[in-house]
Amino acid sequence: MTAQALTGRDRPVRRLGDTLFSGGASTAGAIILAVLAAVAGFLIAQSIPAVTTPAEQISILRGRSFWEYALPLAFGTLWAAALALLMAMPLSIGIALFISHYAPRRLASVLGYVVDLLAAVPSVVFGLWGANVLARAVQPGYSWLADNLSWIPLFAGPASGTGRTIFTAAIVLAVMVLPIITAICREVFLQTPRLHEEAALALGATRWEMIRMAVFPFARAGIVSAGVLGLGRALGETMAVAMVLSPALVINVDLISSTNPTTIAANIALSFPEAYGANVNVLIATGLLLFAITLVVNTIARVLVNRRKDFSGAN
Amino acid sequence: MNIKRSGGLVAVAVVTGLALASCAANEAGGGEPSGGLSGTLVGVGASSQGSAQEAWIAAFQAANSGVTVEYDPAGSGAGRDTFLAGGSSFAGSDRAFHDDEIAAGGFAACTAESGLVEIPAYISPIAVGFNLDGIDSLDLDAATIAAIFTGEITRWDDPAIAAQNEGVELPDLAITAVHRSDDSGTTENFTEYLGAVAPEAWPFEADGVWPLDGGEAAQGTSGVVDAVTNGSGTIGYFDASRAGGLGTVAVKVGEEYVPFSPEAAAAVVDASPFVEGRGEGDLALELDRTSTAAGVYPIVLVSYLIGCVEYQDPAVAELVKAYFGYVISAEGQAAAAAAAGSAPISATLFERASAAVALIH
Repeated sequence: MTAQALTGRDRPVRRLGDTLFSGGASTAGAIILAVLAAVAGFLIAQSIPAVTTPAEQISILRGRSFWEYALPLAFGTLWAAALALLMAMPLSIGIALFISHYAPRRLASVLGYVVDLLAAVPSVVFGLWGANVLARAVQPGYSWLADNLSWIPLFAGPASGTGRTIFTAAIVLAVMVLPIITAICREVFLQTPRLHEEAALALGATRWEMIRMAVFPFARAGIVSAGVLGLGRALGETMAVAMVLSPALVINVDLISSTNPTTIAANIALSFPEAYGANVNVLIATGLLLFAITLVVNTIARVLVNRRKDFSGAN
Repeated sequence: MNIKRSGGLVAVAVVTGLALASCAANEAGGGEPSGGLSGTLVGVGASSQGSAQEAWIAAFQAANSGVTVEYDPAGSGAGRDTFLAGGSSFAGSDRAFHDDEIAAGGFAACTAESGLVEIPAYISPIAVGFNLDGIDSLDLDAATIAAIFTGEITRWDDPAIAAQNEGVELPDLAITAVHRSDDSGTTENFTEYLGAVAPEAWPFEADGVWPLDGGEAAQGTSGVVDAVTNGSGTIGYFDASRAGGLGTVAVKVGEEYVPFSPEAAAAVVDASPFVEGRGEGDLALELDRTSTAAGVYPIVLVSYLIGCVEYQDPAVAELVKAYFGYVISAEGQAAAAAAAGSAPISATLFERASAAVALIH
C-alpha cells in the first residue's frame, strides 16, 4: 500500500470527547474572567458614592478627605506585606531546597506533609495565637530594642506594653504565607532537569554550586510566582491582622510602638459591622484600592519574570 | 464484583434514609400554635443587644410556637435606616431617634400620624478594668480616668491616683491604656461620659470610633479583655459582664465612689430625665451622666427597642406588642441578664415602659 498522501481531506479527526473537553476548558476560563469582571464591577459601582459625596457628610472620614483616609491604610498594607515576605521568602526557599535536594527521602516527605498542614490552620486561630502568645513572648524583646537601639528609626518609639505591633503582625503573616511559598517552590525545584544537575555535579561542582547553576535559573519564574501568591495572601489577610494589631490611622515605620499603621482588610473588618450609608461606600472604595494594588504588584512581578525568561537555564 | 456494585448503592440508600428520617423528628411538635399568635417578626439593629435578643427570641418563640422572630445585629445605624424604610417591624439602636429625624417622618412601617415607641430595654454597665497584682479596686474620678486615657498620666504611682487611694500600695509601673479598635457603642458611651463629666480633661466629642491616634487598641470586647489580662499595668473599658478576675474602678459620683453593679446601672437610668417634647410612647432618655444621686453608676450603655405606636398592619402590631411586653417583663430582663450580663430595668421604668407598650396597635 502506498503512503497515503494528505489530499483535501486533511482536517484533523475530532471526536465528541475533544469537543467536550476543549469546550469545558474554555467555559471554565470564561467563568473565571466573568467572576473577576463581576467583582471589579461591584467594587467600582459601590465606590463611586464615596468620591462623589462631599467628605464632610461622611462620618467615617472624620473631617479628612478620602485620600487622607485611604493612603495610610495602603501604606500599612504594603508595609506589613513587605515585612512578612522579607521574613518568609528566604525561609521558604531554604525549606523547599532542603526537602528537594538535601533531606533523605523519608524525612522529606514527612516535612512536606507537616508544612502543608500549616496551611490548613484557620487564620482566626493564627490571630488568637499571635495576640495572646506571640505578642507576650516578643514584648521583652521590644523593650530591649527601645532601650538600646532607639536611635534607629525602626526601633524609635516607646515600646508597646502588650507587644501587639506591626512587626508581630508581620511575623504572623510570614507564618501564614510560608506553606504556600514552600509548596510551590518545592514542586518547582523538583522539576529541575536531572541532566543539568548531573552535568553540574560531573564537572566538579559542590552541591550548593550545583543548585546555584542548575536549579535556581530554572526555578526563577516559579519562585517569583510563589512569592506573588504569598504576597497576595499577605496583602489580603484580614482576621489575623485585625486581632493582633493595635491600629491607628498613621504612617510611620516604627516597628515596636503601640501606634501602628493598619491594613485595608483589617480596617474593613473592624469598621464594617457598625458602618452604614456612605461609610460602607468608603470602606468598599478602600477594598477597590487593595484590588488595584494587588493587580499592580502582580503585573510588576510578571514583567520582571518575563524580562529574564530568555536567559533562564531552561532554554 | 456484582456484590460490590450493588452493595455501594444499598449503602448510599441506607445512609440517605437515615439522614432524612432524622430530619423529620423535630416536626413532631407541630399541632396548633400555642399562645394564639402566629406570624413572622423582623428586627434589625444594634449588635450590643445581640446576645440578649437571642435569649429573648428563644424564650418568646418557645412560649408562642406559631411566631418566628428574626433579629439581624447589623448595627444601630443600619437598624434605624431599615426601620425608617419599612424593611423591619422594630429596630434595636444604641441611641434614640433625634428630634429632626422624627420631624422628617416617613417611617414606612407606621401610619402617617403615628408616633414612635422607644423603650430603653437593654442597660449594660461598662466597667473600667485594670491588671495590677494584688489590687482589686481603685477609686478614680472622671478627670483622672480621662487623663489616663489621653496619656497625660503615664505611671500608676502618679500623685493624682495616689491621692484618691490612700493606703493602697501603687507600683512604679507604666500605664498601658487599651481602647477599642472597632466602631463600638461601648466607646461612644464611655467617651460621652468622659466628655460630660470631665470636659477640660476630655475635650473630644462622643464617638463610636476612638478619637485619639496612639495608644493600644484591640478588637471587640474580648480583644480588650485579653489585652488587659495578658499585660501588666494595663487598663481598659469594656462590658461589665466580662470583667472576670480583673480589678475594677469605682468612679466618683458626687462625693462618694461607686463600683459598678446592675442596680447602680439601672439607677442612673431612673435618675435621668426623659427627652422633652416627645410623644407618649417615646421614652428616649437624656442620660444624666453628671448625676450626683446616691448609688448611681454613670458609665452605662443604654440600648433602645424602637417601634411604631400605630402600625400599617395590625397583625404586626399585635406581634410587636407581645414581643416588647415580654422583653420588658421580669422574666425577659432576667433572661437577658443571664445571657448577656445586662442590668434588669427597675420597677419604675417597667411601669412607664408597660404604659408605652400598651399604646401599640
